[in-house]
Amino acid sequence: MPTLEHNGSSFQVDEDGFLLKGMEEFNQDWIDYVKGVEGISELTDEHNKVIDALQEYYKKNGIAPMVRILSKTTGFPLKRIYELFPSGPGKGACKMAGLPKPTGCV
Amino acid sequence: MAVPKLEQLSKSVVQGPSLATGAIPTRDWMDIPVVFKEGNYAYPAKKDKVEYLNSQKGLHFPNARVWSPEDDDWKLPENWKEIILSGLKERLEKFRSLKIFMDCCVRCGACADKCHFFLGTGDPKNMPVLRAELLRSVYRNDFTLAGKIMGKMAGAREMTVGVLKEWFMYSYQCTECRRCSVFCPYGIDTAEVTMMLRELLHLVGIGINWILEPASNSNRTGNHMGLQPHTFKDNVDFLADDVENLTGIKINHTFNRKGAEVLFITPSADVFAEPGLYTAMGYLLMFEAIGLDYTWSTYASEGGNFGLFTNNETMKKLNAKMYAEAKRLGVKYIIGGECGHMWRVLHQYMDTMNGPADFLEVPVSPITGTVFNNAASTKMIHISEFTADLIKHGKLKLDKSRNSHVKATYHDSCNPARAMGLMDEPRFILDHVVDWVEMPENTIREQTFCCGSGTGLNTDEIMELRMRSGLPRANAVKYVQEKKGVNMLSCVCAIDRATLTSLMNYWNPDVRVCGVSELVGNALVIDGETRGDLEDGLRTML
Repeated sequence: MPTLEHNGSSFQVDEDGFLLKGMEEFNQDWIDYVKGVEGISELTDEHNKVIDALQEYYKKNGIAPMVRILSKTTGFPLKRIYELFPSGPGKGACKMAGLPKPTGCV
Repeated sequence: MAVPKLEQLSKSVVQGPSLATGAIPTRDWMDIPVVFKEGNYAYPAKKDKVEYLNSQKGLHFPNARVWSPEDDDWKLPENWKEIILSGLKERLEKFRSLKIFMDCCVRCGACADKCHFFLGTGDPKNMPVLRAELLRSVYRNDFTLAGKIMGKMAGAREMTVGVLKEWFMYSYQCTECRRCSVFCPYGIDTAEVTMMLRELLHLVGIGINWILEPASNSNRTGNHMGLQPHTFKDNVDFLADDVENLTGIKINHTFNRKGAEVLFITPSADVFAEPGLYTAMGYLLMFEAIGLDYTWSTYASEGGNFGLFTNNETMKKLNAKMYAEAKRLGVKYIIGGECGHMWRVLHQYMDTMNGPADFLEVPVSPITGTVFNNAASTKMIHISEFTADLIKHGKLKLDKSRNSHVKATYHDSCNPARAMGLMDEPRFILDHVVDWVEMPENTIREQTFCCGSGTGLNTDEIMELRMRSGLPRANAVKYVQEKKGVNMLSCVCAIDRATLTSLMNYWNPDVRVCGVSELVGNALVIDGETRGDLEDGLRTML
């Protein structure tokens, strides 16, 4: 599995670039790294709100929330989430928050 | 990896050289090695998932390790060849069908151009006959007299690492859809050949993550998504709230309720991801409309069975929870939701694997009194059978005009169509709920073209392959889109709902994808409802 370095932190990631050890290795450097690959110019409170919501949900459920639940808890419609995270809630926001990618019939 | 632009890819499919050889083949197929590069293989299973599965009672997933298809060295166990050959021997003895399929092919080629993977890639090894030949050649070499004596002249070849790599490449470029089998004069089920190839590969620790992670999730939490009981319940509750907000109908659903008449089981993606969740909203609304005495289960919380895509033991173990839960809850029978491969498992294997379910009763609709004798052995009926029967007896009040924003067509999901013969019920339902048209006849019913991403190939890293193998289906949709103004592709499979969405976004961007039950939910008229004008049915954002 590839390992990558950013601002002095090193991260183990899977083939899709998700944190292999999830939130265990998650830190501000990771956020900064994903911000770069996602092409997000500036991190705002809105980004943080999405990330906090994802992490809080994940701690309780061990999986990312349904997108509609994410919209409801953050108050952001899906369109706004895509504006914040151009790759979308899964590949963008979940990646930044250190959540794994959902698998199955999705 | 970036998927090529539409114009580029469509031109390449029609005019370009085959993906395998890069040109018109100049060498015998046995002499062309496979080359793995980013984009033409699904990622290997993560080591911890394989270890977990191997630690489970009744399952056998040895040789877990970190490996990459792109490396020369796949870190195979030292005695890998012995493992493969004895694995093959064991299966030839265990499965009479495999022995027949190995022996009886006359290589007539009737199957060749029936495969969506061959049509989309032009790769000769994706002709079903040649895909089977990858295994058959080894069978001949080690298990037939002619092959032992005459070797290559008799189409035999030795098992080598190169052959093993070829098996990995092409058993994961087959969706086990069985369209080829329809055209085989001998009825060879090439899906079973692919299944055997995948089983054998698992013996030496070769598998893909997109299949083994859902399989391990399903073993651990009861469903592929990995939804734990409280999360599963929350998600269904959330959808029920949405239904109430849209229609004013309060949904009275229950979980794990002992004494319910019916246990309802559907793919977990229906309660997690779009557009499947609109299908789930359709189920909730219809069951409420007729007052069905039913329960969801947070234990048997998955209709699908990725075990079917790995090996027999995993399929059997994952399937066992359905009857176990039905017995625990004391229901009379089971209704299954809109899932594809689930129905191959239920219809063809469940009864002998985990039955007889003599603690259940032959399904009888409590609303119409219809006895479903077709399910007398499995005690499990398809939601479309149940719904079509309700409509036939006039028990649902439907207003087709509520689907006036939809012009639908119907994709026969491979397994319901070819593995259980479910073809007329969904059509009967559509006739009553929506304006719809058929796609060309060689692309529907038992001749239906696969979505191109079934059997766990619905992963993003092989998107170009998926778009290629899905092209025959997309092409038929394009025809009715252009000629008849179709804007919705309906189906009865959760993998379809996810994969056809990607396929349509690529080839036919203005066509959306839905489950049949979503269209039923849209059209339902229920006493006491307060629904306004839902311009996009259950998808309407309030």
